[in-house]
Amino acid sequence: MEILKLGRQSWRYVHPPQICGQGICGGRTEGQGPLGKSFDHIYTDLYAGESTFEKAEQKMQMKAAETALTKAGVAREQVDLLCAGDLLNQNTPSAFSARALGIPFFGMYTACATICQALAAASLAVACGAAGYALALAGSHTCTAEKQFRYPNEYGAQKPPSSQYTVCAAGAALLGPAGTKSRVCISGVTVGRVIDLSVCDPFNMGAVMAPAFADTLAAHLRENQRQAGDYDLILSGDLGKAGQAIALELLEGNGVTDVAERFGDCGQMLLGENKKFFCGGSGIGCAAAVGLGHAYDLLRQGKMQRILLCATGALLSPCANQQRESIPGICHGIVMERV
Amino acid sequence: MKRKAKPQPPPWYAAIVKKHTPPRPLAAHCLAAFAGGGLLCALAQSAQYLLILRHIPEQTASTIVVLATVALAALFTGLNIYDAAAQRLGAGLAVPITGFANSLAAAMLEHKNEGYVLGSGCNSFKLAGAVVVFGLVSALTLSLAALLLGLL
Repeated sequence: MEILKLGRQSWRYVHPPQICGQGICGGRTEGQGPLGKSFDHIYTDLYAGESTFEKAEQKMQMKAAETALTKAGVAREQVDLLCAGDLLNQNTPSAFSARALGIPFFGMYTACATICQALAAASLAVACGAAGYALALAGSHTCTAEKQFRYPNEYGAQKPPSSQYTVCAAGAALLGPAGTKSRVCISGVTVGRVIDLSVCDPFNMGAVMAPAFADTLAAHLRENQRQAGDYDLILSGDLGKAGQAIALELLEGNGVTDVAERFGDCGQMLLGENKKFFCGGSGIGCAAAVGLGHAYDLLRQGKMQRILLCATGALLSPCANQQRESIPGICHGIVMERV
Repeated sequence: MKRKAKPQPPPWYAAIVKKHTPPRPLAAHCLAAFAGGGLLCALAQSAQYLLILRHIPEQTASTIVVLATVALAALFTGLNIYDAAAQRLGAGLAVPITGFANSLAAAMLEHKNEGYVLGSGCNSFKLAGAVVVFGLVSALTLSLAALLLGLL
């Protein structure tokens, strides 16, 4: 078999699928952030020249997908599977991107952990030979997410300091079989469980997702028989400042140590320190842009050897929340390695 | 229908969350709301006095000021200024009629591209609807009570 099953949640590839090309794009705020240079394309206008924010989100996804295909030099007809997701009802931008691309399509959703789910599914399809090339794609847009999950964008609600800012960004990675000309591969996956410690506050997503992150990271290290020190960088998706601190305390309680000195949160790295964004960035775009942009670059340039990307998702439904259900959290882990 | 109680995190986790979550700056928020809301109301009151000085009847002057405040709040909502100001002033902007105007304008703007009738129209009272419904119901209840008490 091409796949080593390590435990209930984790597997490793014997011949790891490679990232043949990647593309990320974002909005102006993200482009002006500390990682602005890693973007392939920046849209200075929130509408990206379209008539609605929803169309702008789809345009961003399409641009990321096309960039990944162009960089890899692969035509869309050669791609056998598209795994894509976003935060909107019925995964609309992804479905519309799939319509435009014409690639056989799986819709993905685990909130902001979607990019890792897409990478897991796409790498699995390539590794087992079900797909020659597979494209993983995901993104988020600040205005469509606010509309979907919170209040109208221009509504003057005072946000508490524990809230986060949904980023405008999309990322795509074209995965191909081992042996293709590429420096970065996906060597392993840990599928997360849904963890719910009964947090109900939709303005404290860090507290919702931190237990899921701690659970997935602990399971990953246990099943892989590795230490945190075996990674150059451990990335959480969008825990935010508060969520990161909570996660570290939970991990220490579980006996997982040495995480703090190699721990980065994509949402905070993308936007940098700024009170305007409260606890940091959130949204699929965080893990998609930092994982497939900055982290990919670090591996490709040989500055790092192995990175664990753990995208975190809060499975919030405004309807369920009003019906007094708590918010479940999830986190999927992807190991990115230099070949 | 009895609503079920909100689930609560186990105490050990609630303690960790509380330790790391930045608290709401209540004192600063109260102060900003008091100063901001007070300034807004003082300005509106001054405008009303100015109108009265120009021999406009008090009732008419107050109607004009209320209408102008609503119009300005809606305008600033559209100009993407209101929500930033509301983040700073909080209840200072939400409690006066500006909050009501903003909730209408914001909802209508948000759903404009779903059509004027089914989008803006249907969603306009998405946030303010509760205020209208419960305001009317309580006003009618109290008026009815006062009427009945007067009859006795």
